[in-house]
Amino acid sequence: MTDMPNDAAKTPSHGPSRRDFLRTAGLAAGGAVVGAGANAASPDPLITEVQPYASFLGEGVDATPYGMPIHFEDHVVRRNVEWLTADPISSINFTPIHALDGTITPQGCAFERHHSGAIEMSKDEYRLMITGLVERPLVFTFGDLMRLPRVTRVHFCECAANSGMEWGGAQLNGAQFTHGMIHNMEYTGVTLRTLLDEAGVKPEGSWIYVEGHDASSNGRSIPMEKALDDCMIAFSANGEALRMEHGYPVRLVVPGWEGNLWVKWLRRIGVHDGPMESREETSKYTDLMPDGRARKWTWAMHAKSVVTSPSPQMPIGHGPGPMVITGLAWSGLGKIARVDVSLDGGVNWQTARLGTEPGDKAVTRFYLDHDWDGQPMYLQSRAIDETGYVQPSKEQLRAIRGLNSIYHNNGIQTWYVNESGEAENVEVS
Amino acid sequence: MSKCRKLITTTALITVFGAVPALADTLGVGRLALPEEIAAWDIAVMPDGRGLPEGRGNVLDGEDYWIDQCAVCHGDFAEGAGAWPAIVGGRGSLTDDRPEKTVESYWPYLSTVWDYINRSMPFGAAQTLETDEVYAITAYILYSAGLVDDDFELSNENFTEIRLPNEGGFYLDDRAEAEFPEFTQDPCMSDCRDPVEISARATDIDVTPEFPVIRYSYSDGSAPAPAAIEEADEASVQPEEAPAEEAIQTASLDPALVAAGEAAWRQCRTCHQLGDGARNGTGPQLNDIIGQTAAHADGFRYSPAFTEAAEGGLVWNEETLDAFLENPAGLIPRNRMSFRGVRSEDERAALIAYLMSYSN
Repeated sequence: MTDMPNDAAKTPSHGPSRRDFLRTAGLAAGGAVVGAGANAASPDPLITEVQPYASFLGEGVDATPYGMPIHFEDHVVRRNVEWLTADPISSINFTPIHALDGTITPQGCAFERHHSGAIEMSKDEYRLMITGLVERPLVFTFGDLMRLPRVTRVHFCECAANSGMEWGGAQLNGAQFTHGMIHNMEYTGVTLRTLLDEAGVKPEGSWIYVEGHDASSNGRSIPMEKALDDCMIAFSANGEALRMEHGYPVRLVVPGWEGNLWVKWLRRIGVHDGPMESREETSKYTDLMPDGRARKWTWAMHAKSVVTSPSPQMPIGHGPGPMVITGLAWSGLGKIARVDVSLDGGVNWQTARLGTEPGDKAVTRFYLDHDWDGQPMYLQSRAIDETGYVQPSKEQLRAIRGLNSIYHNNGIQTWYVNESGEAENVEVS
Repeated sequence: MSKCRKLITTTALITVFGAVPALADTLGVGRLALPEEIAAWDIAVMPDGRGLPEGRGNVLDGEDYWIDQCAVCHGDFAEGAGAWPAIVGGRGSLTDDRPEKTVESYWPYLSTVWDYINRSMPFGAAQTLETDEVYAITAYILYSAGLVDDDFELSNENFTEIRLPNEGGFYLDDRAEAEFPEFTQDPCMSDCRDPVEISARATDIDVTPEFPVIRYSYSDGSAPAPAAIEEADEASVQPEEAPAEEAIQTASLDPALVAAGEAAWRQCRTCHQLGDGARNGTGPQLNDIIGQTAAHADGFRYSPAFTEAAEGGLVWNEETLDAFLENPAGLIPRNRMSFRGVRSEDERAALIAYLMSYSN
């Protein structure tokens, strides 16, 4: 590990310090002639000179038994907005969606939301209980769950408050902060239907109440119809065990519905004849309307999209010419059918190319291959799902819901991109 | 699925163990929950009072518990403290520009209040309250909300007689009726509106944390704007491992004990911070506490009881910390640390060692 060639490989002459890494590539091409297909003014030393990594040896296997992203990617991390909450233990951070591509969110940078902190619980300590209006109240160990028929499905999990800071106007300057309370993972686990069948739901059991092992317990009520439709408990995400911050060893997956229902460290499933009206489904996660009354049971996350690049954290760094406009689209009502992109703030729209086969209640990637003329753009995207629901504008939402509903803001986002390619969060009129 | 399921069922019947009879339509995995286990976990309370345990508590007792357990975050009169939520007030504010959503103004059911206090409060010491204490604290909230008199006693028997003011303030999700007709119109593709103007910019509000801007190099000669890179570099430099922490490790401390203390610190860190950049939060920061007179943290609003103890000459050493950690209210009566103490002597010793590792 400390022999000379390896060290040298890690410290080439031009120094890959953190301060330099974003700059290095940029300077290497400095002085070249502007224009696509142009000739270089002078040979590129990255090509003509033998680089340390082309001569010395790199790291051997097992240098990192569990690999982390190369340090050049250290900036691709979850970020917190400290002033949002009183304490980081009951708080939220944001997925760096601006810096990711494809659709699957790596667990290590998928947003976290805790109500009493992320708890440490082993698989051996884990117990799940089913109680209430069932023929057989049951206790499962983690091992027991592994013996039940298993399914693997991809779904997005979006906090109801994603974009909630934007109700009053453009506030946070970055896709990570305006739209980063979402992740999209491939979950493996057992359907709630399988578990509830084991316990035998009595005819009067019309709701379940789910709660976690942590001090908040974050209890939520879910109608039996949804529980039996597509809910599952998950013990794996993206092929490996859940991370502690996402509910290791077992969390609930409630496809298409707000993230608060996806109870982590799932401890108990109670079967009842009505909703519990817990703290999280009355005082929180209800939508205050302009008349002072509030909508409740607004579980489904409606169709939404955002351009992730270019965006404030991911400006256009080059001049006019070919570029890729890309983003994410999702709907809690089903599959994404289409995504439109506007370059002029919604005057004219063109349909983007879907980069992946849309999945049910899963994130879809879209691309617009664009020939930029170097002029300012007002970038917007508009998701349309298979039910025909069209992502509304913020004005449309505010006309109905006012400014104080906090949750379920799925309005169309605008990034203003200036001549230099820098992007910022704006609202347009 | 059904075919596959049948196959698995057969296999499970052969290998099943435990108390669950494998019925024709089940796999027989898991075991029956015992009544004691159900009683321990099935504690949820419904709006009609189902699930409430027998018990009672009055407003005056509730005030005492409140001051001890709740006031540090929620204020002496449940009006809230710092960024922590107010519990009462705000009635009639729900149509204001800044609505105050409290138990008094917004929460629909008292069962929710009781259940949440019972299972999740105090923050950092959940499920330490006795049943009667939960009734008393709930009674005190009702009193602070102006809903009952000061001689009121709340019990499982009169619980459902109490209705919160905003019970009728909620209606079921009507987005399908109220929004879908408008939001399912065929989307316009061209000349959909007048040319746009910027009406608001996030940069004017300027509340976004610093972040690095990602830029690449391009063969067309575009190079990142130097200013943007500088900003990016500053923000992308992660704080290194705090050197101060290691520097102040005292040689005489038993590393194993300090490690055990770090594990035990979990119950303290909700309110207290240690190490580089430690700040006062719900509780004071505790750097360099050894050898200090009580109430040492600058800028922290200590309870009168704590200030009196300091004036009385209380100095933090292994002995006084041990006594305080064992029974905070015993050493300093009516102090506001919502913490019942550490019973285990070993755990207290570990915590003190851990605190010493952050003291010069």
